[in-house]
Amino acid sequence: MALLEVKNLEVYYGVICAIKGISFEVNKGEIVTLIGANGAGKTTTMQSIMGLIHARSGEIIYNGQSIAGMPSHKIVHLGMTQVPEGRRIFSELTVYENLMMGAYTKKDKAQIKANLDEIYEMFPRLLERKNQVAGTLSGGEQQMLAMGRAMMSTPDLLMLDEPSMGLSPLLVDQVFEIIKRFHEKGTTILLVEQNANKSLAISDRAYVLENGKIVLSGTGKELLASEEIKKAYLGG
Amino acid sequence: MDFLITLVNGLSLGGIYAMIALGYTMVYGIAKMLNFAHGDIIMVGGYTILLFLPINPVLAIVAAIVFCVIVGIVVEKCAYKPLRGSSPLAVLITAIGVSTLLQSLAQVLFGSAPKQQMVDLGALKIGELSIGYSTIITLVCSIAVMVALNLFVKYTKTGRAMVAVSEDKGAAQLMGINVNFIIMITFAIGSALAALAGLFYFLKIQTMTTTFGALPGIKAFTAAVIGGIGSIPGAMVGGLLLGVIECIAQSIPALSPYTDAIEFSILIIILLVKPTGLLGKKRREKV
Repeated sequence: MALLEVKNLEVYYGVICAIKGISFEVNKGEIVTLIGANGAGKTTTMQSIMGLIHARSGEIIYNGQSIAGMPSHKIVHLGMTQVPEGRRIFSELTVYENLMMGAYTKKDKAQIKANLDEIYEMFPRLLERKNQVAGTLSGGEQQMLAMGRAMMSTPDLLMLDEPSMGLSPLLVDQVFEIIKRFHEKGTTILLVEQNANKSLAISDRAYVLENGKIVLSGTGKELLASEEIKKAYLGG
Repeated sequence: MDFLITLVNGLSLGGIYAMIALGYTMVYGIAKMLNFAHGDIIMVGGYTILLFLPINPVLAIVAAIVFCVIVGIVVEKCAYKPLRGSSPLAVLITAIGVSTLLQSLAQVLFGSAPKQQMVDLGALKIGELSIGYSTIITLVCSIAVMVALNLFVKYTKTGRAMVAVSEDKGAAQLMGINVNFIIMITFAIGSALAALAGLFYFLKIQTMTTTFGALPGIKAFTAAVIGGIGSIPGAMVGGLLLGVIECIAQSIPALSPYTDAIEFSILIIILLVKPTGLLGKKRREKV
């Protein structure tokens, strides 16, 4: 059964139609990627799923429950969250405090502690810098923090919006490694990326978004091999 | 020795300003609006104290805090919440409207004649020195309140959520934080501080009018801007600084007529040198 199902989603900014009736689904245990150029509507799609912007029409169903129009904080309580574009860590809080904000919905202290230890084990740099104010971290460290913070809520579905943006090739590899590790832990992943090569390689399925419409879909392998994709997104 | 008394008086007055400034600065930081009705919450607190003082002083203080918190939350729910996301100008005008409404209501209920109530708590005498107990209580309480608020923001889940919301509302929502709830808490805390400020300001001037909150309100707003609006430590520093400057200026005969002018000139100078205020942070524009 689909964990997340989006049906005929339409999003407007004023009179401009940014998302023109897209439908897609994410099954439990999958890694699904939305790829597309700048302005294709990837971030808009992510934000409307999380309720940060409201869709004009269409259905968003999570775990059999309609979540369209639901406030974002309630959606997080249902077990999904997002690593937003541009990381958006809390720069005035310390690394530790940022991670604890990620566990805001959690009440069980022992579980929070276990999650924290796991994140520190996965990202030793965060442990080293746990009392440092997050605004002073490097871009790569901030991305790790944003990902660790999201995982503190132990989501069933994790959405990542351009996690590799602005990072060096070495760090990009690391980011994708971490996404795979999250996935191995049983987290379903919805990824939005411009780096089509890397993201298709780890994806079960993918959708190609162009000007607010889904123009192509298939398994990660199929799309990697597709001539159209090669031309448009993989540099020939 | 005279200077020492002036300094204590200044810090005490500054404590009142700081408590009010905290309300302005927290609401600005979290709801991104200037709540110009905040000064009138002080007035609401003042009248509540006046009303209950004949019964019991402690009851009067508790009643003032509770009532101000209720008024603060109701104002936020009815007047500001429906405007969330609309233009800052609309919110600003609404705040001015709320201010007028509260003052007019007070006038209907209590009349426009000033009400006086002498409260003499005596004075502490050490040799030649004499400092009113009300001044000392104000100073001690305001410092205690500021310390408590800092601990709250730093060490409680709700306090840290307030910092998170003030920095990035969207990201805070992605943590599962109910932003509307945090805004309500902020108004509640601001109003409770305003009630206390109303008590201490009343002990100082001992006269109630419907515009009781206007002057300390505008001074505290100035203090919040001097300290850097949005910054909690900034409001504290700005408030204390402004109180001390005011008392020093008043204690020098040649300067005393120009006290207000001096205070606002300092505001202008600080804003010229450091537009974000003393402890204000430069916010990066997000692309």
